Amino acid sequence: MRIELVKRKEHSEVMVFLSPVIAVLLTALTAGIIFALSGLNPFEALYKFFIDPLTQTWSLEDTIAAATPLVLIACGLAVCYLSNNWNIGAEGQFVVGALFGSFLPVMLPGFESFLTLPLMLVCGMIGGALWALIPAFLKTRFNTNEILTSLMLVYVASLLLDYLVRGPWRDPDGFNFPESRIFSDAATLPSIPGTSISMATVITIGIALVLTVILTKTLKGFEIRVMGQSPRAGSFAGFSSKRLSLFAFGLSGALAGLAGIMVVSGEMNQLQPTISPGYGFTAIIVAFLGRLNPVGIIVAGFVLALSYIGGEGVQSAMGVSDKIASVIQGLLLFFVLACDTLILYRIRFSSRRAPASAEVSHV
Amino acid sequence: MEQQNRSEKDTLLDARGLTKRFGDILANDTVDIRLNKGEIHALLGENGAGKSTLVKMFYGSLEPDAGEIWWDGRRVDIGNPAAARDLGIGMVFQHFSLFEALTVVENIALALPKPGNMRDLAARIAEVSKDYGLPLNPADIVADLPVGIRQRIEIVRCLLQEPRLIIMDEPTSVLTPQEADQLFLTLQRLASEGCAVLYISHRLEEVQRICHHATILRHGKVVDECDPAQETAASLASKMVGAEVIAVNAAKKTEVGAERLVLKSLSAKASTPFATALTNISLELKAGEVVAIAGVAGNGQGELFDAVSGEMPVAPDMIALDGKPCGSKSVTWRRKQNAAFVPEERLGHGAVPGMKLSENIVLTRHSTGDSLVGNGFVSERQAGELEQRIKQKYDVRMSHDDPEARSLSGGNLQKFVVGRELDRRPGVLVVNQPTWGVDAGAAALIRQALIDLARSGSAVLVISQDLDEIFEIADRIAVISRGHLSDAEPAAGMTRERVGLLMAGGAEAQGEVA
Repeated sequence: MRIELVKRKEHSEVMVFLSPVIAVLLTALTAGIIFALSGLNPFEALYKFFIDPLTQTWSLEDTIAAATPLVLIACGLAVCYLSNNWNIGAEGQFVVGALFGSFLPVMLPGFESFLTLPLMLVCGMIGGALWALIPAFLKTRFNTNEILTSLMLVYVASLLLDYLVRGPWRDPDGFNFPESRIFSDAATLPSIPGTSISMATVITIGIALVLTVILTKTLKGFEIRVMGQSPRAGSFAGFSSKRLSLFAFGLSGALAGLAGIMVVSGEMNQLQPTISPGYGFTAIIVAFLGRLNPVGIIVAGFVLALSYIGGEGVQSAMGVSDKIASVIQGLLLFFVLACDTLILYRIRFSSRRAPASAEVSHV
Repeated sequence: MEQQNRSEKDTLLDARGLTKRFGDILANDTVDIRLNKGEIHALLGENGAGKSTLVKMFYGSLEPDAGEIWWDGRRVDIGNPAAARDLGIGMVFQHFSLFEALTVVENIALALPKPGNMRDLAARIAEVSKDYGLPLNPADIVADLPVGIRQRIEIVRCLLQEPRLIIMDEPTSVLTPQEADQLFLTLQRLASEGCAVLYISHRLEEVQRICHHATILRHGKVVDECDPAQETAASLASKMVGAEVIAVNAAKKTEVGAERLVLKSLSAKASTPFATALTNISLELKAGEVVAIAGVAGNGQGELFDAVSGEMPVAPDMIALDGKPCGSKSVTWRRKQNAAFVPEERLGHGAVPGMKLSENIVLTRHSTGDSLVGNGFVSERQAGELEQRIKQKYDVRMSHDDPEARSLSGGNLQKFVVGRELDRRPGVLVVNQPTWGVDAGAAALIRQALIDLARSGSAVLVISQDLDEIFEIADRIAVISRGHLSDAEPAAGMTRERVGLLMAGGAEAQGEVA
């Protein structure tokens, strides 16, 4: 018996939804095997990892807090990936956004007004967008590979942050700790009154919903989807791939930057040498797991946030290395991309010895 | 079914009850076909009639669901193309599978199971190709060769394996009339040596000329067999379609009006090593007329189309629409000037494969005043209505409502892509290969629509490689060769021979004199 992949005539709507579900199940299965191989009870470990964080209020809130930047960054990345622009550097845009946004509370701590916070958020978006426009400019002007340039700029950004908090932006009253000064109340992103859900979550969900409308209902969204699927048809339609590259990078950089300043302002209240547990990279997985669709991304962001909180859980409860979270995230991306094959192909089990490639290669 | 008086003892391949199903579609339904040694056997049928499915089963790239293939009196299972080649079945594909950066001999060596020593192989290629009147220089790089020569490489590659059956899929679609004549001589020579040829073509004149026998498929079934020499092109066409094909009514033009599209010394450098440069192309297209540009594939048709559509900007004065210079204007600007364009490649250029037809309507009509877009929002309702209108008017057949473009057959998608532009009643329409791969019935519909559009006062520019089509619809004919365009001359005074000579480089010479 052999297994064949047969091309479907049209993409399967069912598989668009089922593929990430299958991927999550396969990830859980594989994670269970890894736990078992490390001598742990796989069921207990899986429970601690995936279910336990949902059972307590504080860990649920932590999960939502971690999901927020993931969702916001992934929404921007979805616009990039839909339009065939491979922005891998959201982590760097997150950091630079946080830096730009922190300029006001760090350098002008006396400026406390109702304008402080909105200005910080706008500065964060500008910073992230500028950082993202560097690879976009290099791509449109010199035809460089944006995967490499955007990724390399991540390391430039984190070194820049490191330099600032150890050097010029170090808190003068901070006993030489590599941290900026603590933000004033006017520069702190509040929670929704009466809850511990941050305003960042509300802003993020709002942006995701607006983006859904843009992508599905407007000509701009149409342009984004056309250019991603078929650039030649896009230029026949009169769309400019260069302008769209700049737009997509600019937008995703702005959203990553906004996520950066919201995390710093809402959770940390100061700049530290490390401000992200890899949100910008994990958001790539979120974007794909969420089908590059903002609503799907909200769900996917929650699932991936679980892996951070659950990873900490199994580390403290069972003594597993904290690298397990990264392993599981990687597995998940791998399985999502593999399962996506099923959207355009179906599996056929065949007992005959016809060449497997026949229909696929000659269609 | 009419049984022909053909000798049974010469049977080379006998297929009995071949059936192949793809999902809901029965692509081949108990097909019986018998090929004799030394016979040039035509396989006729509209698009989607099941011709390709049938020959793929002979070539081992598809496996029949039911039925038997007998080869030389012996039952065989052809599991893969290598098995087919071992039996002596060779195939020349419609789309070549050659590596442009490699030489002729390297390309052939890649396809042979045991190429052996390259120098010996080169010598054999030179010898065999010369012997069959298809001379090739084994050391030439494929990228430098015209399409006709590339096809020779494919044929010689088949010949080197000493085939007993050669399957040819639309072989003359890329050839000049003179090159096609040469191919026919080769095929006749092969047949006289006992080789069987299974010949798929849409061109009924050439089928009548060279084929000994024809099998006609319709909707996956064999509907008739005949001796093409005893038929007329019209009777063959009606057997294929299952109804009388309405002849195109050209209703000779009454009067031409003002110049609507003017190309003035249009030149453009080749953008890639494999593209063709355009040199000093001039043409005036007037209201009320159809002008056709003939030429063999790859002589600059695609580049010319891109320049006229605006996908490849040129100097402003090189192109004018209704008197307005627009060489550097965008495709959207030109569409707003009431020009419309239909590119050669339907999927991936004229339409986005993974998008629904209604979305593909937005692709070219988002800015042309069809109220498809308001305040940046796309009206799905309006797009759906347009889709329905085009579907009905141009007889686009689909299995369910508003499918993805990629699920349509080539001919149906072409009707959609052409219909999408005709529906606007454009003042200037530029079409590249309007009926390429489209069946006879649909082709007649499209050609008639192009003529009707011109007669209503528009200017229509048709770029085509199909001379039958050109002579059927064109008022004036120009020929493109290596990026040079000959003067457009009245079709009435043109002959196939003259067009053939211009295709083979005459247009270039004319351009240099001018």
